[in-house]
Amino acid sequence: MNFQLIGVNHNSAPLELRERLAIPETRLPDAIQSLVRQPGVEEGLVLSTCNRVELLASTRHGSDLKDFLRSYFGVNSDALRSHIYEFEQRDAVRHVFRVACSLDSMVVGEPQILGQVKEAYAVARGLGAVHSALEALLSRAFAVAKRVRTETAIGSSSVSISSVAVQLAQKIFGTLKDKVVYVVGAGKMAELAARHLIANGAETILFSNRTFERAALLAEAFGGKAIPFEQLYETACHADIVLTSTGASEPLFRREHGERLLSQRKNRPMFFIDIAVPRNVDPEMNRLDGMFVYDIDHLQGVASNNSAERKKEAERAENIIELEVDRFASRMKSLAVVPTILSLQEYCETIRQAEIDRSRGKLGKLNVDQEAAVEAITRGIINKLLHTPITTLKSSAASPEAATIHEMIRRIFNLNGNLNSANGNNTQASRDQSGEELEYPQANGPGPKTGRFDS
Amino acid sequence: MPQRIIIQVLMPQFWLRVALVLYGVGLLDALIGLWGGRRLLAKVMIPAVGLGTVVHCVSLAEGAMLSETNPLSSLHQIESLFAFLLMAFFFFIYARYQTASPGIAVFPLVFLLTFSSAFAGISPQSPSTHVSPGWIYMHVGLVLLGYCALFFSFFASILYLIQERNLKARGTGGFWSGLPPLATIDEIGYRSLVVGFPFMTFGFLAGAFLGEVRYGAGYFRDPKILVSILMWVVYTVLLYTRWNVGWRGRRAAYLGAFAFLAAILAFAANT
Repeated sequence: MNFQLIGVNHNSAPLELRERLAIPETRLPDAIQSLVRQPGVEEGLVLSTCNRVELLASTRHGSDLKDFLRSYFGVNSDALRSHIYEFEQRDAVRHVFRVACSLDSMVVGEPQILGQVKEAYAVARGLGAVHSALEALLSRAFAVAKRVRTETAIGSSSVSISSVAVQLAQKIFGTLKDKVVYVVGAGKMAELAARHLIANGAETILFSNRTFERAALLAEAFGGKAIPFEQLYETACHADIVLTSTGASEPLFRREHGERLLSQRKNRPMFFIDIAVPRNVDPEMNRLDGMFVYDIDHLQGVASNNSAERKKEAERAENIIELEVDRFASRMKSLAVVPTILSLQEYCETIRQAEIDRSRGKLGKLNVDQEAAVEAITRGIINKLLHTPITTLKSSAASPEAATIHEMIRRIFNLNGNLNSANGNNTQASRDQSGEELEYPQANGPGPKTGRFDS
Repeated sequence: MPQRIIIQVLMPQFWLRVALVLYGVGLLDALIGLWGGRRLLAKVMIPAVGLGTVVHCVSLAEGAMLSETNPLSSLHQIESLFAFLLMAFFFFIYARYQTASPGIAVFPLVFLLTFSSAFAGISPQSPSTHVSPGWIYMHVGLVLLGYCALFFSFFASILYLIQERNLKARGTGGFWSGLPPLATIDEIGYRSLVVGFPFMTFGFLAGAFLGEVRYGAGYFRDPKILVSILMWVVYTVLLYTRWNVGWRGRRAAYLGAFAFLAAILAFAANT
């Protein structure tokens, strides 16, 4: 079989084109069914996310997926030409693995893409568009993604300011479930960080702003509580995480505030996320036991370190993927000889049965033991004769001469069905030494695969 | 050596040596883990030390059943029991908090204690006294559980300091990145203290009863008893400051270190 993949992603195509090609969830079944109706396509899958649209197909002799893309989406060739990428065979497998492992994502290591690939697979499988070759490929892709997650730290660190803030909060408090978040000021970034903290379990959220109405609006939007700015210090002692982003020119929280807060909190730790410039929290507060102060530069520093760390981990992940592509290629090559082995066994078994039936008249009535002995002898002969061809087929499956050996065995045993295919009776005739005509059914099964899994 | 003595002495020793090998595997794996082999650490370390703990339990049970002399009368028997209780405590924390970090400190100590006990010569054991062995087991077991709790609490306060400094230095990666969250470390330390306190207190009370029976009222003027009382007082102060004032980090670590030092002194004086 051939694997073919065609698509656009955030690197290859502008947003306008991706928007034109994007397939809404409701139209996904139709797109998959149209793809598998495309001439030459045996199995198909469509992956459509905000960053990519990809068509993956398994074909017998190849298919013009570019043509499908043009006709299905009504996009002209010129618009597509410089923005699409196409992969075949080993390259297609590698790309599928890279996508599932989030190495091809805008934010390398982000976990959502694997879920999106799984969803696309589930839809295609539900429609019967994925069953054998793509089934094997996607199952392997999920296993590889799991392996990469386990063996590398590609997804373990955060790379955006707001997710770094969440990561740090979790390093301090463990769970955020019963933690109180206090947002002081109404900056966009503080709002985003607050959203992340809530998404990660923070339950109580308080807002203060010099303009109380603005705080009230935010509180309503987030399901929190607005606090008058004048109650800043009385409220802060109840908060575990304080997010500051006011335009104050002097720090709102200084060392003496920190000491007082710690005393009021019986030394329970506090985490200050200061996104304001100039800073709202005096860095001296970080010197106090139990006080953790991160300003925008610190957060960006952690994010950059994490990005660098991810790049290193991505290199390790690429190595794993290369090994897995090799392994998958070997497996596919081994699978390619299975139909021939089955044909061979079936062919010989038919001959064996025919010979026993033909000789039954000469042998006379056999008792049970004699029947068993005849069965054992004939089976033994067949098995011994087939042993070498079968082991040769298996052992050479991944070698360069695999196709030659494969073809030779099919020819020697006449498994290609060339002789009688013209009259369509699916039988072949030969004569035994006594001159009687023997009729053996033609060995069935598919011929050798024309599409090889070559690099 | 008569057959019975061989079974009495050698079988527990045999199981103890098996446990020692398994602890050694766990320790080695933990050391490899420090250099980055975390996956291997999780796969091999826990099963190895888990099996070691089970075998260690068999050794202790056999030793207790076959012994005709005063139970826990030699230092090596106490070392063995202490090592086992440390491992039991480790697994309790592992099950509750899903962290194997205390292993960095526990495994070397357990290995040393087990090694000392497994390769000790056959020490003369004091004949059974008229005091019920149950009281001795209770006294030693409870006090050792209290020591375990103190050890874990002290080590947790060290980990707390490391994690706190790591966070203050804005370094989330690196060597210590695998440490549990600060709040988890804090809870391990505090809960260990709370759990250990009744063990330590009742262990001392059982010891006071044993001392009274054996030596009379003069026993309480013995310096080693005074050291033990000092340790109990420090333990109580530690628990009080943690519970009432919320001492964490540096201050808790210093006080914990003082209590731990007093515990070592008391242990050395009483064995």
